[in-house]
Amino acid sequence: MRNLFYALICVLTISACSNSASNKTLPILGNREADTKTVDGKTVTDTIYQTIPKFNFIDQYGDSVSNKTLDGNIYVADFFFTTCPSICPVMHRNMLAVYKEFKNVGDFKIISHTIDPKHDSVAVMKKYADNLGITGKNWLFLQGQKEETYKLAKSYMVEAREGNVHDGYFILIDKQKRVRGSYLGTDPNEVTKMIADIKILQAEPDQTIVQ
Amino acid sequence: MKRQLSALILLTAFVSIISSCMNDEDIEYKRAFTAGAVVYQNHCQNCHGNTGEGLSALMPPLTDSVYLKQNKAQLACILKYGLAGKLIIVHNKPYQNQMPPSDLAPIEIAQVLTYVKNSFGNKLGGVKVEEVNKDLSICQ
Repeated sequence: MRNLFYALICVLTISACSNSASNKTLPILGNREADTKTVDGKTVTDTIYQTIPKFNFIDQYGDSVSNKTLDGNIYVADFFFTTCPSICPVMHRNMLAVYKEFKNVGDFKIISHTIDPKHDSVAVMKKYADNLGITGKNWLFLQGQKEETYKLAKSYMVEAREGNVHDGYFILIDKQKRVRGSYLGTDPNEVTKMIADIKILQAEPDQTIVQ
Repeated sequence: MKRQLSALILLTAFVSIISSCMNDEDIEYKRAFTAGAVVYQNHCQNCHGNTGEGLSALMPPLTDSVYLKQNKAQLACILKYGLAGKLIIVHNKPYQNQMPPSDLAPIEIAQVLTYVKNSFGNKLGGVKVEEVNKDLSICQ
């Protein structure tokens, strides 16, 4: 009887483990609201999650990049400026690991927004990307109107404002443009976790994009 | 037996005292190295990396002993006044990024140079504050 009890415990433990591994999903972050509609005479409530709003910037190649360009992509966003001597080199040293891991993935992108567009022209950003060792279009360095960039930062739930102030977070966005993770870009351990989370997100079944 | 043991303890203590006994120069070097590690963490590590590895072609590594040796007299000036638009060759690779000037005191410059010149695979000996002052007096 006692043996049976132990065996049961073992089986339960094992099944609990495998369950949690296979069901691992990332939370959906940000504000949400309930959308109640009447469909076929029944009341249906949907949760509307916060998504990244429209934007239009220019990348290091001088090409236009908008929120539309990123449709169907998992991406990581951050805010920086090329002459920043404090946290940016650390962030981008860590981001290089992410770039190397996913540089050949078609629907993955890294988006780095400069908060100093006056200095960080397209040419400056191209040189920065070249020196960092970035080729192709998986890591885009975006330049745009300051106000638009600051506004966008808010929807990523990070801080970027006048006086070259920005924080060091990497924000993980899913194919539906919802925020799925936020990681301190200066901490290599958090960046390792982000790489693992990106893989979880990649394994998620595709859903229809509701915008 | 007890006597032997205490003799052994005495001997060990004696040996460790002798070996820990260093001349003034060694102590000065160790002190500068330790202080320099802290200066490095606070002022240099973000760009040049935990192990002086630099960052791609943006930030030069600090692992080139030949560069450090050949530009010995300029190092203090580079630390104090920064570098702007100057092309430097490190490990046979070109770097031309801007390095901001630091507000380090000559003693801190001596400390951090002692640390860098004896870390990351470099073994170039200590740097004294007198040398830093001398180098700084001719760099402008």
